[in-house]
Amino acid sequence: MTAVHAGPDTGQGGAARPETLAAGLDEDARRWLEQARAEAAAQAPGWEPRFAEAGRRCGPADDARVLLLTAARPDPADLTRLYRQGTAAERRAVLLALPLLETDPAHGVPLVEDALRTNDTSLLAAALGDYAARHLQAHTWRHAVLKCLFTGVPVSRVAGLASRSRGDGELARMLRAYAAERTAAGRAVPDDLHHVLALTEEER
Amino acid sequence: MRIFDPHIHMTSRTTDDYEAMHAAGVRAIVEPAFWLGQPRTSPASFHDYFDSLLGWEPFRAAQYGITHHCTLALNPKEANDPRCAPVLDDLPRYLVKDQVVAVGEIGYDSMTPAEDTALEHQLQLAADHDLPALVHTPHRDKLAGLRRTLDAVAASALPAERVLLDHLNETTVEEAKDSGAWLGFSVYPDTKMDERRMVAVLREFGPEKVLVNSAADWGKSDPLKTRKVADAMLAAGFDEDDVDLVLWRNPVAFYSLSGRLRLTAPATGPTHEGNSILRGAPATGTAAHPVAAGA
Repeated sequence: MTAVHAGPDTGQGGAARPETLAAGLDEDARRWLEQARAEAAAQAPGWEPRFAEAGRRCGPADDARVLLLTAARPDPADLTRLYRQGTAAERRAVLLALPLLETDPAHGVPLVEDALRTNDTSLLAAALGDYAARHLQAHTWRHAVLKCLFTGVPVSRVAGLASRSRGDGELARMLRAYAAERTAAGRAVPDDLHHVLALTEEER
Repeated sequence: MRIFDPHIHMTSRTTDDYEAMHAAGVRAIVEPAFWLGQPRTSPASFHDYFDSLLGWEPFRAAQYGITHHCTLALNPKEANDPRCAPVLDDLPRYLVKDQVVAVGEIGYDSMTPAEDTALEHQLQLAADHDLPALVHTPHRDKLAGLRRTLDAVAASALPAERVLLDHLNETTVEEAKDSGAWLGFSVYPDTKMDERRMVAVLREFGPEKVLVNSAADWGKSDPLKTRKVADAMLAAGFDEDDVDLVLWRNPVAFYSLSGRLRLTAPATGPTHEGNSILRGAPATGTAAHPVAAGA
């Protein structure tokens, strides 16, 4: 097949490179992905349905969808619409693509905040990548970390955890209060809580 | 025993139900879009509902080791409400989604001209999107409703072999079977079919192309009726292969007509390990951390 070229940002932020993704696909899926990516790059009218159907055409659909988004580079209004009209899987792809598209925080942060209001752990995890680490307000970010502890999302999925937690006294207070609440209820304190608490106690 | 419930409205059910269904052998379900009991007043209300069937509900199901797909449509009752009917224009963008395995529930409620129009339009949408159709047959004036449904299907671009006629009973099964369509039976505590009658229908008409569902919703209904029919079949002398045909292979075959049925439970993220249920192997249990409602 013709090599699919990586966009300038691909490969950062944990998204699969096109070559890596294509290598794991069978012939039909590879051909489909190549065609879909060309349509996306040309912003052809059919590219959005390709974004929707990636799951049944192309194995690791998160990576495939991110690839289509980085090829199409939709403007913020279109990106927001793709998120709002997307299934959970499509929303996840938009979230994963935010740092690669370098979306203006005025448009990208509301999408991250929307995902953080859900209880779908796959959306929470996808929302807490590099983009959130860079752009979320302190209050929102602290609540996101706490929500990971509530919903069982491993904090290893939170990008920039160590650097943002370091010396964060307010986060430490929230973690201690949560630990006290768990203890008062006779419930176990998650290991991840101790881990983040230790990070907050490191010096800035 | 592996069970596929091809018609159940899980948005109306609790996580206790999911847990009990998994314990009873249910590993896959299809949730058709339908009426909510309280009438909707705008297409936006459908959008939120469809989004839920494509987002939150599959996540909830996967936490209990159950794979969730859906069918989307404007339902027969609300096809009569001019405030709702414009949602027909929005269906194409939903029908391309990965987890949509049919157009449905469509069909007749009161057999009005507005229902004719919506049914015709949505049978065409199914043909256009290469999807089969789940067709509800009416509860009132049932046989006449079935015949009008068969006429509408015959006049459409969708072959009867890509149609599942649902809520059949003793009075409609024969003509439905003659049409070449798939045959759906909803088993309810008091209305529709019951286990004993279901077994009698299976004896008379055979298990080929027969699907049994609980159609459980917000009314008096039982999400374990699929398992109860399986047990009644075994007690009546059907063998395990017959049970597997009716409760698993037939629904798999029908919804596979979409090309979109994926029976490997999707990983729902870091708290859930996907269980392969392609061959009905028992799931390894429910997720370690089902998400608390107030989280």
